[in-house]
Amino acid sequence: MTISIGKTDLTFRDEVRERSGEDVHACFYCQKCTIGCPTAFVMDYQPAQLLRLIQLGQKDKVLGSSAIWMCVACEACGTRCPNHIRLAPVMDALRQMALAGDYKPEPAIYALHRAFLDNIKLLGRVYELGLVAEFKTLSLLAGGPATLFRGLGADIKMGAGLFLKGKFGIVPERVKRMNEVKKLYEEAACE
Amino acid sequence: MSSKTIEYSYYPGCTAEGTSVEFDRSARAVCQAVGIELTDLEDWSCCGASSAHSLDHELARALPGRNVAQAQEAGLDTVIPCPACYQNSMRADRAFRQEEDWRRKMESLLDFEYTGQGRPRHLLDVLSHDIDTETIKEQVVKPLTGLKVASYYGCVLVRPPEVTGWDDPEHPTTMDALLEAVGAMPVDWSYKVDCCGASMTFPRGAVVAELSTKIVEGAIEAGANCIASACGICQINLDTRQAVQDKMPILYFTELMALAFGLDGVGKWLGKHGVDPRPLLRERDLLAR
Repeated sequence: MTISIGKTDLTFRDEVRERSGEDVHACFYCQKCTIGCPTAFVMDYQPAQLLRLIQLGQKDKVLGSSAIWMCVACEACGTRCPNHIRLAPVMDALRQMALAGDYKPEPAIYALHRAFLDNIKLLGRVYELGLVAEFKTLSLLAGGPATLFRGLGADIKMGAGLFLKGKFGIVPERVKRMNEVKKLYEEAACE
Repeated sequence: MSSKTIEYSYYPGCTAEGTSVEFDRSARAVCQAVGIELTDLEDWSCCGASSAHSLDHELARALPGRNVAQAQEAGLDTVIPCPACYQNSMRADRAFRQEEDWRRKMESLLDFEYTGQGRPRHLLDVLSHDIDTETIKEQVVKPLTGLKVASYYGCVLVRPPEVTGWDDPEHPTTMDALLEAVGAMPVDWSYKVDCCGASMTFPRGAVVAELSTKIVEGAIEAGANCIASACGICQINLDTRQAVQDKMPILYFTELMALAFGLDGVGKWLGKHGVDPRPLLRERDLLAR
């Protein structure tokens, strides 16, 4: 695949290095990360391509890519990298830079993370039924019906099966000292 | 039950009363049987799972940091069954040890003192390294003879090695050794540490279906009768998303140990699985008909 090069921002690669703590300059493009990546087949840019784009200062392409949201942080890439670049923290840094810079995240994946953090902020723990409800609502709001309905049939079958087998807790559990959890959110300045 | 007891703190995690209830119950039962005494952290909170580190660097270590903080008073190692909770807690513990400014800030926010006496530990690590094989073997009343098991470790239990580090990140063997000790036959296979897609099951179920199917097909190819899991999300993903003709049961390694130990409750836990493992186990006289 040929990727055309857009506007170059060389401060970008230094910012990625700074925020992730990983030496992204050390990549010599052996592509071991791409080969071992379980979700590379649904990424617009492959992990090794992302590293190369970072080195070339292609900020818009990298932060606007869906690949940074498709990474599941399984750490196969970082474990196998001959130059010891851990891509999982790089992906975390890129997602956070994308959100700070008004790049559009993958709606359903962002909705899941958002619902998760809202759940913890409210209860201190995750209440799975509440999580699913909020996730589906946020997906609909952010991505429209296409995002909501993607794979919905299989999801309902899975969810209903789990529910019937008594695998969902019915009553939410709440942490006693919620003031502590609240402090941690305030400190992190996470809305 | 073993005569000696060793004490640990215990972090159940959010899925313990939900989708991984049988992992929690079988983990507690197996620990009790081998002489491990677990005391739940009194007011534990969510570790942030994969969402905190995706969206907020600070929250990603502060949330599990609160649990590590709670473990300080008892000063014991904390047993954690979920690999993601374990990995997040390990990261927070490392930050407490290595980043003094952050430790001071957390100590003042949460009013505690970091002593570093106990560490977060994964359940599989504790059962493999703190309990000797003879003690495990002594508990076996019903060896799992002839049961071919593919031990599935998944991703964050063994990765990244500089954080988790107690087993080989590419070819781990601790679970195989435990299952062998209770009489099962671990098979050699190539998908031990491949990722199931984890939380992608919510927004992109089709991706997880593809990954889970590949893993289950790998176990079938290796001649396994079932897969053993050490992770709640792996278990549920493989159990509910595999698209193969003859569905393969996915059991927690602790359920298999409890079965061999003849512990109460096993039948009830197995009834909660998507692919019912009971016919396979009855066929082999490992479960009452």
